[in-house]
Amino acid sequence: MGSSLSKGSYQAALSSFYTKKAKPFIHFFSMLAMTFFGLLLLTFVIGRMMPTDPVIAVIGDKAPEALYQATYIEMGLDKPIITQFFYYLNGVLHGDLGTSVRTANLVTDDILNYFPATLELATLATIFGMLIGIPMGVIAAVNQNKWQDNLVRIFGLIGHSAPIFWLAMIAIVVFYQHLDWVAAPEGRLSVMYEYTLPKVTNMVLIDTVLAQDWGAFKDAFAHIILPASLLSYYSIAYLSRMTRSFMLDQLNQEYVITARVKGVSETAIIWKHALGNAWVPLITVIALTYASLLEGSVLTEIVFSWPGLGRYITDALLAADMNAVLGGTIVIGFVFILLNLTSDLLYKVFDPRVK
Amino acid sequence: MKSLFKKARHLAGATSLALALSTGTVSAATPKDSLVVGWQFDDIITLDSAEAFEFSGSEVIGNTYDRLISYDPNDVSKIFGQAAESWTISEDGKTFTFKIRKGIKFASGNEMTAEDAAFSLQRAVILNKAPGFILTQFGLNETNVKDKVKAIDADTLVFETDKAYAPTFVLYCLTATIASVVDKEEVMKHAVDGDMGLAWLRTHYAGSGPFKVEQWKPSEIVVLSANQNYWNGVPAMKNVFLRHIGESSVQQLLLEKGDIDIARNLETEQLKSVEDNKEIKLIKKGKGTLYYLSMNMKDPILAKPKVQQALKYLIDYKGLADTVWDGRGQIQQAFLPKGFLGALEDQPFSLDVEKAKELLTEAGYPDGFDVELIVRNSPIRVDTAKSIQTTFAKVGIKVKLIPMDGKQVLTVYRARKHQLFFGTWGPDYQDPHTNADTFAKNLDNSDDAKSKPVAWRNAYAPEQMTKDTLAALVERDADKRAAMYLAIQKEHQQTAPFAFVMQEQEVAGVRANIDGFVLGPSFDSNSYKDVVKK
Repeated sequence: MGSSLSKGSYQAALSSFYTKKAKPFIHFFSMLAMTFFGLLLLTFVIGRMMPTDPVIAVIGDKAPEALYQATYIEMGLDKPIITQFFYYLNGVLHGDLGTSVRTANLVTDDILNYFPATLELATLATIFGMLIGIPMGVIAAVNQNKWQDNLVRIFGLIGHSAPIFWLAMIAIVVFYQHLDWVAAPEGRLSVMYEYTLPKVTNMVLIDTVLAQDWGAFKDAFAHIILPASLLSYYSIAYLSRMTRSFMLDQLNQEYVITARVKGVSETAIIWKHALGNAWVPLITVIALTYASLLEGSVLTEIVFSWPGLGRYITDALLAADMNAVLGGTIVIGFVFILLNLTSDLLYKVFDPRVK
Repeated sequence: MKSLFKKARHLAGATSLALALSTGTVSAATPKDSLVVGWQFDDIITLDSAEAFEFSGSEVIGNTYDRLISYDPNDVSKIFGQAAESWTISEDGKTFTFKIRKGIKFASGNEMTAEDAAFSLQRAVILNKAPGFILTQFGLNETNVKDKVKAIDADTLVFETDKAYAPTFVLYCLTATIASVVDKEEVMKHAVDGDMGLAWLRTHYAGSGPFKVEQWKPSEIVVLSANQNYWNGVPAMKNVFLRHIGESSVQQLLLEKGDIDIARNLETEQLKSVEDNKEIKLIKKGKGTLYYLSMNMKDPILAKPKVQQALKYLIDYKGLADTVWDGRGQIQQAFLPKGFLGALEDQPFSLDVEKAKELLTEAGYPDGFDVELIVRNSPIRVDTAKSIQTTFAKVGIKVKLIPMDGKQVLTVYRARKHQLFFGTWGPDYQDPHTNADTFAKNLDNSDDAKSKPVAWRNAYAPEQMTKDTLAALVERDADKRAAMYLAIQKEHQQTAPFAFVMQEQEVAGVRANIDGFVLGPSFDSNSYKDVVKK
């Protein structure tokens, strides 16, 4: 009897552990797997349905017909699309994302090379966006419908509506050609450093610091400042508008009136209490802005010859280089999921009600 | 409020620091001993000479490998030995014997021998990648190549063909990128699963040319360094940095500021805006690339000879040369580019709306017809296609222009599912057969043909012309051969469903202090070897 009791309590404990601890994990990982599966399947099918012959990407236009046929079979294109997909999936599950036909490298190597370039640019742009956009939003909210508010609105409107390509060219002409404040839009480093800098993280600002090469650091900074600032303009515009809206929401709450009655300083009310509460929804906005900068800076990358992931995926798509497209998609998908998770965790930090 | 100002001060401080860091770091001049080239080279997909068939890849290989033989970029008829010092041709015209130059060293330090040259050609035939046909067309294949192409001693290479071809045809094929000599020992050291080092050589280097490949980052940078042991003079430039600058307007800005020494992809309007700049000079060279309009004869209207003739009279050749192309192309209306043996330079067609109308009326289309034109989405192609659309409209032909990505256009074109196509063809080597083979020869016009040249893509199957093209291939007398190609082109110009419009002229913007940069007739003959900085 005793043993059956202990068995029962053991089962109950197990069940409770499953419900409380393991179930959310299993649920999370199965959702993750399903998301990736869906993402890959969709990208694969779209890629195969594109009116571009992937064989041409491998052998070019002039190869003889016999070579074309041999390559067609070698690439498995004679098999049903679903079979092709499962071959690919099998490779992915074994850590093999395939080889890019455009770069002749393993897709994983390419991603390790291109993604840090985008990460560096998007991170800096997001930091600039937060440092400038959030205070701007607060100022606009505090001065609702006054000139400060209008100024922020106009600034935001331009940031949202001006084509980044056009804005980038104007900025290059002004800051590079005329004022000489920034380095040439030629990539991440000048040629004298490009070849000599040891690549550790592939984020040049960090690599130059690790190498303690301050000349290279200055050079890298002079290269990144303009594209990062331009990209940040988009996030400044968006973050300032959202901050304004969240702040107005908070400033109309009863606790603000109470605080004012109690004699709390206006600065504390705005920057500590109201902004403190506005942070909670802002986190999601920042995460989404960051994610969109990570995947959507293609035009900036083209204009500044920046070797980033956005350009890599776009070029791959145009060249029907499907392994590269799928590999890039996995990374972007992973980034989105990771940022969502991070914002969920940060919610718990900023909002004690969320457990 | 104090705290607000404090925060603002911090922000201002951070911004000033950022500006201070960036201001003054810019360097407007490139290093004295290095050449920096701004170039769109995202077409490079391999650096293996057995596989490379792209313009940019061929140029990099041309500067970093020795080929068996080469030609004078200013006079293609002058062929001379590069890795080969001399050669003889047997009386029956089927055996070519090359003496390999002594004292050539690979980057690895290995000395080049006839075995390396034989291995390089054997390897290209066995791997049989995109440019493989340049060698296999001599009857070489995986099983016989080791017997037909071999080193009989350390200095002597023998190359046997299946027929007695025109000697210059064989020799010009051996000036192509695929005939670059690779370091056998180095390449085979990296062979995996019988791939003869293919996977390794795609991204690495095993040559003996004036420069060595130090690094290739796709769509980013190619770094070359001078080969200090080069047998034909060490280049003055210690390094050549090829930077991928995708935007031509950015290339212009970099060139004007001196951040690059050469800009390779300036568009017509950018060339105009730099031509008066005393710090920049423009170097021009006629390339072999031809731009043409083709009419798919699977379409019953376009199959009519009079319709084809009418369309040839509906292109504003001169207007295009003066505006859209302005200095970047010259009118050429035959399938051989100017400069090739037997190239026809007659220009019988010009914009003549009345004549075109007459021809269309005779063909039964006095009010024109609707037609689709596919074109790759690049400025000069689309602008030319727009001009064609405008002039065709003068006789009621409504052209629906469909710009597409380059590979999409080729997918449609290769499947001959187009009506009209506007695009390019670049010769694979400097012999006339390279273009005659694709434009004037079609042995099988069926949908599942084994060979699908450009003539096939447009369902053009001229029986007699195909025979004449094959006859010209084996004519060993150069004058007679030239006359044969002239006759083929004259017939082709009038009766084939192709309207040749323009021959490309490559223009590079070069800083005034740079001398010695050579643009050749093909991309693999563009050379940095003699570049000096004043």
